[in-house]
Order: sequence, then structure tokens, then C-alpha cells
Amino acid sequence: MGHRILALIIKEFLALFRDKKSRMAVIVPPILQLLIFGYAATFDLENAALAVFNEDPGAVSRALIGRFEGSVGFKLVGYLQSDTEIGPLIDRQDALLVLHIDRQCSAHLAVGESCPVQVIIDGRNSNTAMLALNYVRSIISDFNQEWAEQSLGAKLPAQLNIRAWFNPNLESRWFIVPGIIALLAMIVTLVVTALSVAREREAGTFDQLLVTPLHPWEILIGKAMPGLIVGVGEASLIILVTVFWFRIPLVGSLATLYPALIIYVLSIIGVGLMISSFSTTLQQALLGAFLFIVPAVILSGFSTPIANMPKFMQMLTYLDPMRYFLTIVRRVFLEGAGLEYFWYDLWPMTIIAVVTLSMATWLFRHRMY
Amino acid sequence: MKPGSLLRITGMIRKECLQVIRDPSSIAIAFFLPLLLLLIFGYGVSLDAKNVPIALVVEQPGAQALSFSGGFYQSPYFAPVPMLSIQEAETALRQSKVDGIVWLRANFDREYLNKESPPISVIVNGVDANTARLVEGYVQGIWFGWLEQEAERAGKKLRSPIQLEQRIWFNPQVRSTLFLVPGVLAVIMTLIGALLTALVIAREWERGTMEALLVTRISVIELLLGKLIPYFILGMGGLSLSLFMAKFLFHVPLRGSFWLLLATSALFLLVALGMGLFISTIVRSQFVAALVALVSTFLPAFILSGFIFDIQSMPLVIQGVTHLIAARYYVSILQTLFLVGDVWGVILPNSAALLAMAVIFLGLVYRKTRKNLE
Repeated sequence: MGHRILALIIKEFLALFRDKKSRMAVIVPPILQLLIFGYAATFDLENAALAVFNEDPGAVSRALIGRFEGSVGFKLVGYLQSDTEIGPLIDRQDALLVLHIDRQCSAHLAVGESCPVQVIIDGRNSNTAMLALNYVRSIISDFNQEWAEQSLGAKLPAQLNIRAWFNPNLESRWFIVPGIIALLAMIVTLVVTALSVAREREAGTFDQLLVTPLHPWEILIGKAMPGLIVGVGEASLIILVTVFWFRIPLVGSLATLYPALIIYVLSIIGVGLMISSFSTTLQQALLGAFLFIVPAVILSGFSTPIANMPKFMQMLTYLDPMRYFLTIVRRVFLEGAGLEYFWYDLWPMTIIAVVTLSMATWLFRHRMY
Repeated sequence: MKPGSLLRITGMIRKECLQVIRDPSSIAIAFFLPLLLLLIFGYGVSLDAKNVPIALVVEQPGAQALSFSGGFYQSPYFAPVPMLSIQEAETALRQSKVDGIVWLRANFDREYLNKESPPISVIVNGVDANTARLVEGYVQGIWFGWLEQEAERAGKKLRSPIQLEQRIWFNPQVRSTLFLVPGVLAVIMTLIGALLTALVIAREWERGTMEALLVTRISVIELLLGKLIPYFILGMGGLSLSLFMAKFLFHVPLRGSFWLLLATSALFLLVALGMGLFISTIVRSQFVAALVALVSTFLPAFILSGFIFDIQSMPLVIQGVTHLIAARYYVSILQTLFLVGDVWGVILPNSAALLAMAVIFLGLVYRKTRKNLE
């Protein structure tokens, strides 16, 4: 019996890797994408185009502009002479934001009044707009604090000390690159499994497989093995690149990460095989794969926090295996959290794996067309 | 046009249509996919943190300490959780039950009254750097507001020297739906294009029907038009549904011209279909074509198009790579047409890039197919 499964596994690997093009398509893009996305996916603002419309002749505005010039977040692209220039500049996306300092700024400050400063931000991409606004706020808040201390001639009545745990410089790359491990592991595993049964159904060879003495669960093992090996293998490669190329600190232990990774890959294999055994053509399998991947990525919290979603969407995220593994991989990397923190992430993923794998096995025989 | 050309093209189109109708997954791609994706994206994605759970440790509830921590209860950004000790709060932070800690030590009030400038310690969980930075900003806001209020109570004047007034143009309430819906349209159209056509030529090769087609009098152009037109119509159908939803379900304003939107979308659809046909022509196997479509369409369109991640903030090399992604140009066009208007300075260069990509992809498909005819 063992050699039957082995033979099937070998056949599955041959089907996947015999063709050079398909070998390339499975192995190369994930690594390439990790390198590109690792640099591309960041929420740190860098060199955002900033234009200044300064009507104030005094020193205060110059000091404030200096703060913006010194920040890595912004790049000063020009000074405006009149407010009619603001509209076209922003419309054409030549500047992301314009800082408008009022004529009376220094004068107001001299008599103890506030100086109004207006910031106009291109809201076309509201995420970027909020990022930029946040940077502006933090620059102005630092400026205010120092100015207030200077003018009071004493320390402020209370100090605020903010520290960030786990990611002291708040680099969003530390957050996103471990997320890419979860993302690419899912894509690779799904690519290997979601097409495998559908391909045989379309070619007619699946019927032949069904009339062999192989049990459905033996077929399941044979079909799942390439997904497991390729998925875990590719994920390991990606973890290596994350640690040694991107230098993301791996505080936790691999002994925590790997059990979770294996359960995660198994749950994706389950989903992939379920899609595949439900489809009768490759076209349908491809559609099914996308119908799973896109919502799974969005609902996982990869790009935006789950906590910011509306309640009913948050409920949906519990069906998404990536949600759980994403939490685990990020926390193992940055916080060094051990397995004891993850029971509530591991068991739902296990249930998803068991349910989808069983469904796939059942569908092998029962989805006839 | 050669004689009988129209007849051959319509014949080809009819054949493709029959195939589409017999395997309704193409129709599902064109209509069900946009429906599902728009619903999920339209409601699901926002970077704007609200009700962040934060642990409040007030070791001795003196008047000043309470007045400071009161600010957190009034803020819409925080959901404060009172805790008795810093140890308890740190455990909660480690278990991800809270995203931050505000810690006022026992001698806060005494030091405050003695003008010793006591520290307020704030710890944020930096794992999600973006949310952490937002939280920092909100805490600073509460802190400065409190200082002003206390100064006023003491009869002194502490005004924040710079009063920031923010104007977010085009989307003043910062509804993320307004920018997501146009962005997700680009992702949807990329997927539709690739999904519809990635397999259609490979399928003919795989089943041997390509050779049957080659011995007919049909020319390459006629063959490609026959493959392109039905899926183009299907894709435009999906687009119309998406636009309808954007307008009537999500109430995204369309400030530019509708016809310009339709024209640029048709152009993008051509690029997307061209890309699908290109994959199909190159690999000649449905399985490999599906593999390539899976790994090469969604993620690049999602991450490199400027839809979620700002392109200007990427390293220069990566910015260069984004120019290879058609969705990048389309996202730019869509966000401008929906939220700003007909800004030719944005529309023209991006449309030109799309046109170039359409010509390149379809030209390559044409060349590759002709070679095999010889």
C-alpha cells in the first residue's frame, strides 16, 4: 500500500516539474516577488512631494519649513507665490501636499497667539493622505512642544515618553515582510494544488485514477504531498531571505513557526484540492483559486488591520486561514511569542484543514460530471 | 480586408461564444468576480485606526492623573481598559489584548504640584508600525490638549504655537471607500482580462484544435479578432456592472467624464486581455498558463499599482519596476477621473503608456502566432 502512495506522489511531482516552464513558474516568481514586494510594500512615507506657500516674512515659518526639509518623509519640490498655483499643482499630482503658512504667523506668535498653518493634501489616495497628514502632525507637534518649553522658559508641567516595543523605529517593513511569507506560501501552495485534480479531470485521467485500487484518502495523500513539500520548502526559502537579506529580526523560534506553517500549508492544500476537485476544467479551477486568494488576502489583515474593518467583515475573517498564520508569523518574528500564545490561532486553522481536506476527499468520488 | 473575412471572424466569434456559454465559468468571471471583490474591498479595507484598545495604568488616582486619563475616555480613537499594575498591562500587551499602555506612576500628582515635570510613560506595540504611529499621534494630541486645559485652569496661557488646519482635497471626510473602489476596479479588470483569455489559445493547442484552425483559410488577424472580441464584450459587461456598483452602491462621485472613463477602461481591458493571450500563446499548455496567470496577475496589480502602497515612497529601482505593471497607469487614471476630474496632465501620459502596452502585447501575440503558422 505504501508503495502505491509513493508511486502516486512521484507521478504528481513529475506532472508538476517535468515541464521546464511549469518548474520555472512555480519556483522563480515567489522569490522574485518577495524581493520586489519586500521593498515596495511599505507604509513609511519617503520623499513625498511637498510644496510650500509661505506668506510669512518672519523667522518662525523658516524654522518650521526647516523641520520639513530635514524630514526623510518629505521632499521640498518648490515654493509657491500665490494660492492660485495650489490647485493645478495638486491636480496634476506634482505635489502630494502644500503647506500654507499665514502672513501673520510670526507676528501672532510674538504676541502669544497661535499661528494658523494650513496643510492641503491630495486625498485621491486616502491611505497616503492619512500617512502624510500623520507625518505633518508629528513634525508640528514636536515643533510646538519645543516652542512651548522655550517660551515658558521651563519644562512643561508633564513629560510624555513614548516607546515602541518590538519595533523601536516603527519600520513598517518589519511588519509587512513577514506578512509576505504568509502571502507567498499561500499562493505557491494553492498554485500547486488548485490545478492538479482539475487538470486530470479535463484530461480524463482522473477517472482512471478512481478505478485503480487507490482509496480516496490515498489519492488525497498523493495529491497533497507536492503541495506540502513545495509550500513548506518555498516558505523556508522565503524565511531565509527575510532573515538574511531583509534583516528582519527573528526573535522567536523556528520550533514555534514550523508547526504553525505546516498546519497553515495543510489548510491551504485542503482549500486548493477542494477547489480543484469541484472543478471540471482548468478554467473553473483558475477562477476558483482567484475567488479564494483575493478575499483571503484582503481579509487576512495583510495590508490593513482587521480591527479597522466593520464588524461583519471581522466575522468573515475567522474563515480565512491566512488570518491566523499572519498573526503567528508576525508575532513570532517580532515579539518572539511562543506556541502558548497561539492556541486560539492554531485550532481554527486545524479545523479548516480537516474540513477542507475531508471535503476534497469526498468530492474526488462524488463530483461526477 | 480579404473577401469572406467578416464571415470567418463572425464564425470564430460564434464558436467562442458557444464555448463561453457551455462552460459558464467565463460568465462568472465577468460578473460574479467583480460583485464579490467590490463588496469585500468596498467595505473591508481601511488604515484608519479607531477604538484602539489601550491599557490605562493609574497607580494613584489623584486629580491630575484622572483629568489626564479622562482624555482617553473621550477620544474616539481609544477604547481604554483600566488596569491596576504595569505588570498586568505588560502581560496584556504581550498577549495582544491591548495595543498600547499609558502609565501614570504613583507620585504623578505630587511631582506635578511640585513642578517636577513627572513623566507619562507610553508603550505602544510597534509590530504594526503604521497603527503604532497613528496611536503615537493621537496620544500626543490628548497630551497637549490636556496641558492647554490645565494651563487655562491655572490662569496661564499655553497655546500651541502652530495651529494646524488640514484640508484633504477630493475626499474631505477621508472615506476610504472613495479611493478603494476606483483602485479595486483596476485589480478586477486585471483579473478579468487574464482569467478570460489566459487559457483560450493554450486550450486550442492542447486539444489539437489549433492545427485544425490553421488549415482553414482563417488568417492570424482574423483568428485573434475572433478570440478577442467576445471576451472584450464580456469584460466590458463586467466593467459596466462594477461602475454601476461604484456609483449606486458605494456612491463614489464621478467628477470626470463618463465617456473618458469608458474609453480608458476599454484601453486597459485590451492590455489585460492582451496579457492573457500572450501568456496563452507563449506556454501553449493550459496548466502552465493557469500557473503563470495565478502568480503573475493579482499580486503585482495589488502591491505595485499604487493602489494600497504609495509608489513615490518605494526605492527608485522598484519604482522602475512598477512601470511594467499596466494596473499602475489605470489606477492613476481611475482615481483622477473619479475624484478629481478630467485632468489631462494625468490622463494623457497614462493612457499613452496603456496604449503602448496594448500594442506591445497584441503585437507579440500576433508575431508568435504567425511563426507557428509557417
